[in-house]
Amino acid sequence: MFDYSQYLRISKFPHIWCPGCGDGTILKALLRAVHTLQLDKNKIVLVSGIGCSSRTPGYVDFNTLHTTHGRALAFATGVKHARPDLEVIVVSGDGDGTAIGGNHFIHAARRNINITMILYNNYIYGMTGGQVSPTTPMGAYASTAQFGSIEPNFNVSELARAAGAPFVARTTAYHTAQMQSLFVKAIQKKGFSMVEVIVQCPTAFGRRNRIRTPVAMLNWMKEHSIPVKAAEKMSPEQLEGKFTTGVLWDIDRPEYTEQYQRLVEKVAGDH
Amino acid sequence: MNSQNKPVFVQGNHACVLGALRAGCRFFAGYPITPSSEIAEGLSVELPKRGGKFIQMEDEISAMGAVIGASLTGAKAMTATSGPGFSLKQENIGYAVMTEVPCVIVNVQRGGPSTGLPTQSSQGDVLQARWGTHGDHEIIALAPSSIPEIYEMTIRAFNLAERYRTPVILLLDEIIGHMREVLVEPPDEEIQIEHRLRPDCDPSRYLPYQHVDSDIPPMADFGSGYRYHVTGLCHDETGFPTNDPEKIERAMQRLNRKISRYTDDIVDFRILGDASPDVLIMAYGSSARSAKQALRLAGDSDPSMALFQPMTIWPFPDAAFKTAAKSVRGIVVVEANAGQMKREIERLVNDDVPLTLVNSINGEPIVPAAILDAAREVV
Repeated sequence: MFDYSQYLRISKFPHIWCPGCGDGTILKALLRAVHTLQLDKNKIVLVSGIGCSSRTPGYVDFNTLHTTHGRALAFATGVKHARPDLEVIVVSGDGDGTAIGGNHFIHAARRNINITMILYNNYIYGMTGGQVSPTTPMGAYASTAQFGSIEPNFNVSELARAAGAPFVARTTAYHTAQMQSLFVKAIQKKGFSMVEVIVQCPTAFGRRNRIRTPVAMLNWMKEHSIPVKAAEKMSPEQLEGKFTTGVLWDIDRPEYTEQYQRLVEKVAGDH
Repeated sequence: MNSQNKPVFVQGNHACVLGALRAGCRFFAGYPITPSSEIAEGLSVELPKRGGKFIQMEDEISAMGAVIGASLTGAKAMTATSGPGFSLKQENIGYAVMTEVPCVIVNVQRGGPSTGLPTQSSQGDVLQARWGTHGDHEIIALAPSSIPEIYEMTIRAFNLAERYRTPVILLLDEIIGHMREVLVEPPDEEIQIEHRLRPDCDPSRYLPYQHVDSDIPPMADFGSGYRYHVTGLCHDETGFPTNDPEKIERAMQRLNRKISRYTDDIVDFRILGDASPDVLIMAYGSSARSAKQALRLAGDSDPSMALFQPMTIWPFPDAAFKTAAKSVRGIVVVEANAGQMKREIERLVNDDVPLTLVNSINGEPIVPAAILDAAREVV
């Protein structure tokens, strides 16, 4: 059996996440991915902003940085630019990463700095009590959308791709094996990689939206997800209301810290 | 670029670039804003030549975040901005205070509030420098008034940041940021460069926020084998969040005390003019230049005058000012705002000492004759 404790700060448990929350499932997959890649704990910097997802760094035995709301990518950019040899991973949520942190999200993707971002998409602001987020589906209920959300939602993966991220993937808390392998690929990717994980928040989203149990939410993910390859053969009608999973986008683009190093080599000593 | 011992004619913002490089700055993140952009432009040229890192971020907030992230890896890091950007950075400045991450924030002040006067001068951010971020905290802010002072105090800003594990604010203003004067970079033996204290204990025993005698715990670089947690939440010695009132009390007391107990080492001021003046003029930054000229213009029939120039606006040199103001007949506060430091001075002197304000809030420099007139009237 995989020994998670080698990567955990055991004394920090029990964690703060609610019963039935999927954030711990993501943590497990992340640790398995780190183990698969045999990364040095001293060289990993796990950076987060504010929210439920952002409590992940506190539980892991890496260099861990819990920053201000929405700004994880900004701090992470400073870490990575200053020390490109460090493995910088950002964990964020849909509110933290695409609302208050939306500007950093699109610019980290555009800049293509070698950071891996795991975006926990639970469609809601969980920690603050279930307010509507940029990914809350139109019509869904939230504590600040008690008559149903009237705003269109972001497709986070499409946003990352459009902004220039060379690696974009989507999975769910139901697909744990796939999640682990996507994390491995994302960390290995040279450049900005973003993995969107659809994850259940039974407390703040499920109960309010009549998918009351964690199991029902996981089943909903199973029933609504279509592997990318399968989706290619399906009609728009068949894909209505569904989302694709797997590697959605994987191209090569010049990476920021390498470009900067080239610049340094070009101008070095000229003073 | 290396101008040691050789006079160079440079702009204030460029003197800041030279001072930063001399201090060992190896990381700059910024966002374009008038009248500070020359600092970013200068470092975008000079840092890569030295293997240092420059990055233009997507906004002011991320520039501040990137600076803190870089400093956590051990790099001496700086950002530069002006009023609107300074406002945007405040939350992350508070984060640097709370997490005790050394860094330097340059604010080349312009007229405000809001977009205000982008190309004209002001000293309207002195209280924002003190209380701009939320919550109780101490802060160090320096206010040079000339090109050589900008150079020296940029180095000092880095030294203080490293020594006290804290963000340090360097308050320039548009006048001194954009004016040109002669600078002679001092030789190495006249310059002191400080580095943060790093731990040498076994990593398993490292406490990033330990209650040490100095109140300033050693700081480990990310990636150096000391794995620890950094959070803006109230935390204990281990760096992890706590809700324990006793631990919070102890941590917050130390956080404030680590600056307040060293006030005497931090504060810096200059006194010019008569040794026992009738009138004491208090001025800083570009306004101190106008005040110096007023001293030069004073004639025999004028009251005797001295200038008290705080080089550290925060902490304010309270004790030194009280001593200097002890037997004066009047005080003139000179500043390019509506009287922000005047309130500080009122706090320090008795009500019966007449105190007057000479100021400018329209972007224009303060005219020396106005200071002289005020000095004549206050006694």
